[in-house]
Amino acid sequence: MTTDQSTYRPEGLTANRTLLTIAIALSIVMMAPVAWLVGLSIKDNKELMLGTESVFALPYTLANYVNILYSSQAFGWFFNSLVVAIGQTFGVLVLSSLAGYAFARLEFPFRKTIFVIVLFGLAVPEQAVIIARHQMFNWFGLHNSYVGLILPGLSSAFGVFLMTQFFKAIPKEIDEAALLDNASPLRIFWRVLLPLTLPAQATLGIFTFLHAWNDYWWPLISATRKEMFTLTIGIASSQTNFAQSEGLGFLSAQAVFASLPVLIVYVIFQRHIVTAVSGGAVK
Amino acid sequence: MAESYRRSQWSNGLFVLPYLSVFLVLLVFPLVWGAWLSLHKVDLFGPGRFVGFGNYARVLADPVFLQALRNTIVFVVVSVPALVALGLFLALALNRTTRTTSFLRGLFFSSSVLSVTIVTLIWRFVFIPGDGLLAVASEAFGVQPVNFLSTSGWSLFSVGVATVWWCLGLPMMLFLAALQQIPNDLYEAAALDNASPWRVLTRVTLPSIARTIMLVTIIQIVMQFQLFGQAQLMTNGGPNGSSRPLVMYIYEVGFVRWDVGKAAAASEFLFLIILVAAMAQYIVSTRKSEAAE
Repeated sequence: MTTDQSTYRPEGLTANRTLLTIAIALSIVMMAPVAWLVGLSIKDNKELMLGTESVFALPYTLANYVNILYSSQAFGWFFNSLVVAIGQTFGVLVLSSLAGYAFARLEFPFRKTIFVIVLFGLAVPEQAVIIARHQMFNWFGLHNSYVGLILPGLSSAFGVFLMTQFFKAIPKEIDEAALLDNASPLRIFWRVLLPLTLPAQATLGIFTFLHAWNDYWWPLISATRKEMFTLTIGIASSQTNFAQSEGLGFLSAQAVFASLPVLIVYVIFQRHIVTAVSGGAVK
Repeated sequence: MAESYRRSQWSNGLFVLPYLSVFLVLLVFPLVWGAWLSLHKVDLFGPGRFVGFGNYARVLADPVFLQALRNTIVFVVVSVPALVALGLFLALALNRTTRTTSFLRGLFFSSSVLSVTIVTLIWRFVFIPGDGLLAVASEAFGVQPVNFLSTSGWSLFSVGVATVWWCLGLPMMLFLAALQQIPNDLYEAAALDNASPWRVLTRVTLPSIARTIMLVTIIQIVMQFQLFGQAQLMTNGGPNGSSRPLVMYIYEVGFVRWDVGKAAAASEFLFLIILVAAMAQYIVSTRKSEAAE
């Protein structure tokens, strides 16, 4: 390995050509199931019934995708997902920004204690509160409603934690200058600091949106009426009567259709998503 | 009122109030209420009489619960090391900024943004007997394909494969971030010593990211203990409950059989496990990184 010395780079020792080649091979293995799904989605259902090897041969068709257009259900679910994800994102951004600002910048009684209690909330798995939550939402008749689907997501402490970090990172001199003008805390928050947190808002917003869009656990329990399904639940419900009813091709097309929005969001905002997800995990 | 900025004031707390009320109503209250329910005999029609730890005893005496607990532990013990090892390998392989590596990073992370529904659909199309990608591939090689999703022993394994595929991106990204924190002079010193790549890896790289390896492991333990959707959608816990995880047990007892008290007790067990892991995570992440020295 002495030949490596001449072209020495610090990373050279951890990232060499062999590892990269294996990684490329792994990426092909990783993508094969996706390619298979896309392949199935552009085949005629009747042809697939005779054998799925036909994926590797012509003819291909977009009929399955066209059929989604006629299936009003998928569009209804898509709309529900959109309402829930946007509602939750908006709510989380408002609540987390207000709280994050106060925790990072203001003094009030029990500030530290409250913050620690909120952090403790990060350790509570949703499954541990599901039974009680389900009962509560039952008391108020909130199941099978948008409000009922949106609310639980607002209690997540992650956004508060993230926004507190972001507000702390803004230099103190900026609010000091505003203080000279005798601005109130609300004014400083709204006029001075909030505009500076736009990148953070984007990160948290995209993270929350994806999380809400993909959530399976709460909608499964709360939305029991078919017309209130989110796309995630809806696609799952059509999976149960797998091969028989709608056909592999149509199911595949539905899956591609359902994942397109998140994949587009991912491709555009990749950096924000990686930041949010990694930051969220490390806490 | 510039004074209020520096002095402790009740009015400043108003900014926290909206979140705090949601937090109390939707998280703290259900937590307490769930504990209360776990001590009562409850059914669909509402809370009944106090039974003490009766529900806990019933859970512990339930062979289905014990099986689910064992399945979950097996699942965690197998999937977490796989995720950590693969994530670490990919991070090492892609720890360089070229067009190829950033593309590959994006690709390996992309599955993480999909919903569990899509992931399981993709993998069921791989595993379905006769028509799946795996069946078609094994026929091409003249091998008799296993019926993965409905064979005891293979079903949980198949769920694990789908899970690793789904969750791989996060460990990789966390390891990449950690690798970039390693000071260059450590590598330069190693190069001066003519250290072999393997030696550099085991003496410089791995010790420097030891804390991250620990952290990623704990994060994955917490996440994988909450396994639910993949198992429910791919195998429905079967065959004979051989792939039923803990969360699915809670779901079935609470929302299919409506034995609410028992489900609440079972979810307290899950809470306890997650809490211990979260505490470990907190301790590891707040401890100053002395390992780098």
